[in-house]
Amino acid sequence: MTVPLDFSFAFQQLVYGLTLGCLYGLLAIGYSMVYGVLRLINFAHGDLLMVSAYFAFFGMVIFQIPWPVSFIGSVLFTAILGILIDRGAYRPIRKSPRINALITAIGVSFLLENLGLVLIGGRPKSFPLPALFEGSFVIGAVNVPALSIWTLLVTLVLLVVCAVVVKKTRIGMAMRALSRDMETVMLMGIDKDRVISFTFALGSAMAAAGGIMWCMKYPAVEPFMGVIPGLKAFVAAVLGGIGNITGAALGGLILGLIEVLFVAVEPDWSGYRDAVSFFLMIVILLTRPTGIMGERLPD
Amino acid sequence: MPRFLLVITGFCLSMLSYAGAAEPINIGALLPMTGSVAAFGQMAWDGINTARQIEPEALGRPIEIKLADTKSEKVDSANAVSRLIEKEKVIAIIGELISGNTIAASDHAERSKIPMVSPTATNPLVNQGKNFVFRVCFTDPEQGRVAAKLALDHLHAKTVAIIYDISQDYCVGLKTFFQREFTKGGGKVLSETVYKMGDRDFTPQLSRIKTLKPDIIYAPIYYTECALIAKQAREMGLNAPILAGDGVQAPELIKLGGKAVEGLYFTAHFHVDTINTPLGKKFYELFKKQVGKELDSYTAQSADAYFIILDAIKRSGSTDPIKIRDAISSTRDFEGLTGKITIQPNGNAIKPMVVNKVQDGKFVYVTTIMP
Repeated sequence: MTVPLDFSFAFQQLVYGLTLGCLYGLLAIGYSMVYGVLRLINFAHGDLLMVSAYFAFFGMVIFQIPWPVSFIGSVLFTAILGILIDRGAYRPIRKSPRINALITAIGVSFLLENLGLVLIGGRPKSFPLPALFEGSFVIGAVNVPALSIWTLLVTLVLLVVCAVVVKKTRIGMAMRALSRDMETVMLMGIDKDRVISFTFALGSAMAAAGGIMWCMKYPAVEPFMGVIPGLKAFVAAVLGGIGNITGAALGGLILGLIEVLFVAVEPDWSGYRDAVSFFLMIVILLTRPTGIMGERLPD
Repeated sequence: MPRFLLVITGFCLSMLSYAGAAEPINIGALLPMTGSVAAFGQMAWDGINTARQIEPEALGRPIEIKLADTKSEKVDSANAVSRLIEKEKVIAIIGELISGNTIAASDHAERSKIPMVSPTATNPLVNQGKNFVFRVCFTDPEQGRVAAKLALDHLHAKTVAIIYDISQDYCVGLKTFFQREFTKGGGKVLSETVYKMGDRDFTPQLSRIKTLKPDIIYAPIYYTECALIAKQAREMGLNAPILAGDGVQAPELIKLGGKAVEGLYFTAHFHVDTINTPLGKKFYELFKKQVGKELDSYTAQSADAYFIILDAIKRSGSTDPIKIRDAISSTRDFEGLTGKITIQPNGNAIKPMVVNKVQDGKFVYVTTIMP
């Protein structure tokens, strides 16, 4: 069943695709940043999204804290949790082969999911949508949800913030140096652990921001909600060139657009939606392992 | 020596008193307590526990319920059923609640000759060709027929767009039966759109449906996805009424969907307003007092599965799974809390179907249809 495409339909899909893409991008930025510094694929990144969603949910619903405070609190707590995860799980095995860290990351991911399951239970909770983000604008025949505009804004602002931190600040310089040569950096008298903690805090805060935006769009909060977005963010990060934050955001946008357009153009194939994303990742890894924006690092 | 005798007598006495406290009868509860349909599992668990308080023993022995979580997954469901049978030594099983998981689990129960009674698994494949698998609910060919009738006669729909989950046997089956009956009745299916359990973004599918302008949307799916689909549809201005199946009757549908699910119709097993048996009234009183939640389909159906198994144990006068199986299959006009239950030779129950609607944030009873 193929319906002829008209302009407003196409534009409408573009809006939906960009919204989804921004959400993927937001998550991918944190993913990419942690990878860039530590060469660690932090599989628990998607679960930090889930944790942040619960923090914000409890803040708003159980403790009745106004939403801006809940959101900021959730981002802070998730950042702290990110640091704690690094201290508890990754720092002790920093000197082990990389595969150990990868397996530990999977373990942390399962731990967070199951803790959520035991402590809170598996039934989805409804995430309240603050009035500010409600409603939509109609431009011509195209419906633009207010939330889509907010998502785009948040993604852009946070991308710029991260880029500035990495490119222009001293700690950012230390992060970049660390990603090139850890031994030399330590010889230069830089506190490696402090830099890594900061990286985790920033990456987790990005996951939290992504988690909150995600929940406002898809308001079902449950312990396994982070798995699929986490995987998609990983694909986005690989697509954009893992380690490169601008690339990650771009990868997210492309992935979101491809997914939405694929389903919109050929709805009969919508079951293959995830397959397309992962196929894309395989193609990228085979043909251009450094992604769109990634640069080959000297070994 | 006397002291030795004393010890011996004491030992014998303690043995006697041990034999006096009869050994419990183990019944398994195979439920999705976590995962995507966790709400069903937890509602069912409430129902089984309340039912057990009403009838705590059979043949002079206390009943013990062994719970196994299927995590709403097919593989875990198959593992959980073997744990119940091999490790917990259950003589009968209540469960699973959704069709895909019940199909995955029922093979093992069938092979081990342990009777299994599903409260709500509606797909025909659940007990097709199986002797030990029963259900106390209607089946999807019936549900599809009633839904099609509802769409054509009650909602006056001539065209429909279907959206369903391709990873769930229930959704695929019900969609097929509805489609057949709806087309037979003169309706037209404009499109069938699919997604996979766990998907959260339905905007491309729904915006496609919007361009087709169907009279109604048929969504034979589970509650979380249904709530999100309703929400995303209303947000984009797709306001066609939504018709769903028994898979949406969980409080989460309303909590997650909010205003977007208002006016949603669905075919269901039960509504609390239809209670008309003494057992039903007794159960409702106790449930209100102890659990204090809404009494929904999954709770009531699971309680009925428990009562049917207990009745079978009592009638057979035995804890032999094969005799219990025979007793279950000869259940006639059992007054359960959802009404009179008769198990047909094929393992299915003959049950009236209830049509419910979401109104003012509540499930409201509309009508009862005999399929």
